[in-house]
Amino acid sequence: MQKLVVIGAGMASGRVLEHLFETAPDAFDVTLFNAEPRGNYNRLMLSPVLSGEKSYAEIITHGDDWYADNRVTCRFGEAIEGIDLARKVVKSAGGETPYDKLIIGTGSNPFIIPLPGHDLPGVISYRDLDDTNAMIETSSRPGARAVVIGGGLLGLEAAAGLRMRGMEVTVLHIAGHLMERQLDAAAGYLLRRDLEARGITVITQASTQSIEGDGKVEMVKLADGTELPCELVVMAVGIRPSAQLAKDAGLAVGRAITVDAQMQTSDPDVYALGECVEFAGNIFGLVAPLYDQAKVLAKTLMNEDDVFTVKELATKLKVTGCDLFSAGDFAEADDREDIVFRDPARGVYKRLVLKDDRLIGAVMYGDTADGNWFFGMIKDGTDVSEMRDTLIFGPAYQGGAAVDPLSAVAALPADAEICGCNGVCKGQIVTAIEGGATDLAGIRATTKASASCGTCTGLVEQVLAVTLGDDFVMPTAQSVCKCTDLTHEDVRRLIKSKELKSQSAVWQELGWTTPNGCHVCRPAINFYLLADWPLEYQDDPQSRFVNERNHGNIQKDGTYSVVPRMFGGITTAAELRAIADAADKYNVPTVKVTGGQRIDLLGVKKEDLPGIWYDLNAAGMVSGHAYSKGLRTVKTCVGTDHCRFGTQDSTGLGIKLEKLLWGSWTPHKVKLAVSGCPRNCAEATCKDLGIICVDSGYQVGVGGAAGMDLKETERLCDVPTEEEALEVTAAFVQIYRENAKYLDRPYKWIAKVGLDWVKERVVDDLENRRALAARFELSQTIYRKDPWAPLAAKAESFAPLADLTLEAAE
Amino acid sequence: MNWIDIGALTDIPQRGARVVKTQVGCIALFRTGDDQVFAVSDTCPHKGGPLSEGIVHGHQVTCPLHNWVFSLETGQAQGADKGQIDTYAVRVEDGRLMLDQTQLQQRSAA
Ligand code: SRM
Ligand SMILES: Cc1cc2nc3c(=O)[nH]c(=O)nc-3n(C[C@H](O)[C@H](O)[C@H](O)COP(=O)(O)OP(=O)(O)OC[C@H]3O[C@@H](n4cnc5c(N)ncnc54)[C@H](O)[C@@H]3O)c2cc1C
Ligand code: SF4
Ligand code: FES
Repeated sequence: MQKLVVIGAGMASGRVLEHLFETAPDAFDVTLFNAEPRGNYNRLMLSPVLSGEKSYAEIITHGDDWYADNRVTCRFGEAIEGIDLARKVVKSAGGETPYDKLIIGTGSNPFIIPLPGHDLPGVISYRDLDDTNAMIETSSRPGARAVVIGGGLLGLEAAAGLRMRGMEVTVLHIAGHLMERQLDAAAGYLLRRDLEARGITVITQASTQSIEGDGKVEMVKLADGTELPCELVVMAVGIRPSAQLAKDAGLAVGRAITVDAQMQTSDPDVYALGECVEFAGNIFGLVAPLYDQAKVLAKTLMNEDDVFTVKELATKLKVTGCDLFSAGDFAEADDREDIVFRDPARGVYKRLVLKDDRLIGAVMYGDTADGNWFFGMIKDGTDVSEMRDTLIFGPAYQGGAAVDPLSAVAALPADAEICGCNGVCKGQIVTAIEGGATDLAGIRATTKASASCGTCTGLVEQVLAVTLGDDFVMPTAQSVCKCTDLTHEDVRRLIKSKELKSQSAVWQELGWTTPNGCHVCRPAINFYLLADWPLEYQDDPQSRFVNERNHGNIQKDGTYSVVPRMFGGITTAAELRAIADAADKYNVPTVKVTGGQRIDLLGVKKEDLPGIWYDLNAAGMVSGHAYSKGLRTVKTCVGTDHCRFGTQDSTGLGIKLEKLLWGSWTPHKVKLAVSGCPRNCAEATCKDLGIICVDSGYQVGVGGAAGMDLKETERLCDVPTEEEALEVTAAFVQIYRENAKYLDRPYKWIAKVGLDWVKERVVDDLENRRALAARFELSQTIYRKDPWAPLAAKAESFAPLADLTLEAAE
Repeated sequence: MNWIDIGALTDIPQRGARVVKTQVGCIALFRTGDDQVFAVSDTCPHKGGPLSEGIVHGHQVTCPLHNWVFSLETGQAQGADKGQIDTYAVRVEDGRLMLDQTQLQQRSAA
């Protein structure tokens, strides 16, 4: 009998032995070495062991009896330390063991990021039973907290398991969404939502700085200063093939042990398989290909012909309740077509990627029942042109007739529920229509259907169409853009009622048809999110028009204008000197006094922006936001300080207003003015909000304009004190921020909702006024900041990435 | 081909761009939401707008000056607008961005 030595009792080598013993039980005398002090078990099932859903005994694949029946000499807990290819022996603590044939199945090692503190007790990787037991042990301490570094397959299974054991768990992930290698952003968002629903905190784009503690793990620190106290850190950031042993022995090793299609290494008597091998440039991390390798290797050992080939892989996550499926290639490209299906109510997302009438990739979340059907078509390269229209609905819909949505609604029984929020069924809506409600507003008023979250609006309209026949004209409200059928108003309402706090949430829950919007909708959505969720949502510069990203107005030649703020139009000799110096230093071609009572430096090169900002900052000036959909200027006149007619301190109030409002983002630009008397030298009657000072106090007008339309302000209210003028202004700006459509100036928005609607909320209802002003102030704690200063510190991002003209000249 | 390293992938924000100056003019390196990288001419054929400053959506960019939309894959203007921007070979290797210098020189010679 030939002597077969196997290094590693893992998933792959276990399979080879099974195949061998089935076909040729007496061909080899097998000695099995394993570094772990145990035999083969199902490594995939460590996650259910961690979560408590299974015990270790249940996941053993080969028990003592099996090894005895097959006369395997077990050397568990004994790692191989060296291989002598010339003498054909392996070396371990127990001495030398000779072989005729050798199989290397050493798997891989978890990758540990060499962060400060990575070697503290309490930092664990996730690979074997010992790791799993160590995690279970820590989780049993009362109040224990865990930080999982890595939001991939392994990290999330660890996080879910620890959470099920009652730990407080935070997952840190470096990419923008979870499992970015298997999922697109939409599916990543749904996964995150489900994990958060079970109490797991997820931080994406997290950059871990250090692990800290005195003799054991006490906390994890992030680069942004966040501190996460914890007793356990699980590092699940990736694996490295375990190939050192083979390399030291002199076998050919690239990224892993090089093998041919028969699993033979560079030495004819040595074979390798599993995660420790590299075949034709591929390395492996899931069991499906390893099982194929095991079949091939068993044949090779029996001198039969077989070849290993690399196949498409599908991924699933073993976290109960998070159903996801991903296979093939789902990157976007021009020659590919996407079919996207979203069912916001059920949290379902499916995306198929087609190329030349074949399915090449699929990502699914929520409902993965058809995953294997799609996977089969990816592997087989099935031509799907015939079933393209219904493909995404899965095998159940193939061969059936096309469905007309109206006839589907007509077929619904009277007790079918239409509006989930308000529990309204079709019969009630039909009754309302028969009672005289002939449009959406009428249905909302009588039944409340579609009046809450609004996702059933389309259905209600279809019921109207079916019931009224030709008498009903489907409303054609203008949608935001071609990415959605919803109007701005719908989107704003849904962001609030469904608490959508990220762009991904909007795309998914509102059924966007593009992966990340377009240049029309993204700036609007970005504004709506930051206005409604100032603390939760982080402003996204990449969703802003160039001016708001580069904090200057782009000119036709690609240069920019720089306008420092002059609060209330007041400046000083020192500020003017700094502006003059900056104009000299950066060769500013034009210096102009603007219509907004301040100075514009026009024609600054992009590379010079950080420098000029730095210099102006040093003189105490901040950005004037002359480019923003936000507060622009507060013009003032000289008022009581100097003017013989002045009734109040108009300049002082203007400065206070500008200090209150600066930095805030609004649906369109907002301009204010304060005049000291009705002569109105500051032109306050044509501003978005203008205040005229009179003896008895302050007359506040809103909705003025002097641009493409000329509009006089309408009186919002008269208030006796400066404090009230400030509070009313903050409340007005906030109600405008919370309700207006993106790119509606206040006068346009007021024309839609009515001045009375605004007055009720900002003037009459004092409590609501205070609440609005408080919400404005909360948002300002984030946004009342100079955008120049942080960007001036990142000057390199304004310079070209590289200058190859210099290189070529050398 | 002569691949040269010009920076790290992370130097470009997702759905953003950075410029590389070359002898054939400024080239914009775009990084899309799904982390693919494209190199195209930075100059809009309409009135010379800097495309690197546009909003990136899917594999397209919208020019910041007058909203022409270009495919980053083919360089073709989309919709009713007619125009074409040059595209260049770019590779990402271990997180580094590589441009083909030979291609840049060939174009300048041509
Ligand atoms: C610099 C300035 C002209 C000046 O030299 O005085 C100016 C310059 C521009 N205005 Fe203005 N406006 C300037 C005061 C005004 C005024 C007068 C005022 O604010 O008292 C108005 C009329 C009042 C009003 O807004 O109702 C004004 C009405 C407009 C409009 C029309 C707005 C409308 O809703 O109808 C636009 C177009 C727009 O915003 O869509 C506009 C747009 C612009 C833009 C931003 C055009 C653009 O998108 O590139 C110009 C930028 C030039 C640049 O590169 O800096 N500008 N613009 C003034 C800057 C004021 C400041 O210090 O911030
Ligand atoms: C928690 C977890 C969940 C997973 N879930 C999935 C899943 O759902 N689906 C999926 O497809 N894959 C999953 N995987 C990956 C899968 O387990 C691996 O792809 C597979 O185990 C690799 O098999 P292998 O035989 O190459 O290595 P392993 O199974 O790791 O076996 C290698 C063995 O070799 C031993 N060894 C190493 N060096 C020596 C030495 N010098 N001497 C002696 N012995 C040595 C090791 O101790 C180990 O026991 C999961 C992995 C983990 C850790
Ligand atoms: S409005 Fe006229 S009168 Fe009143 S303060 Fe200004 S300049 Fe003086
Ligand atoms: S310059 Fe690009 S669209 Fe006009």
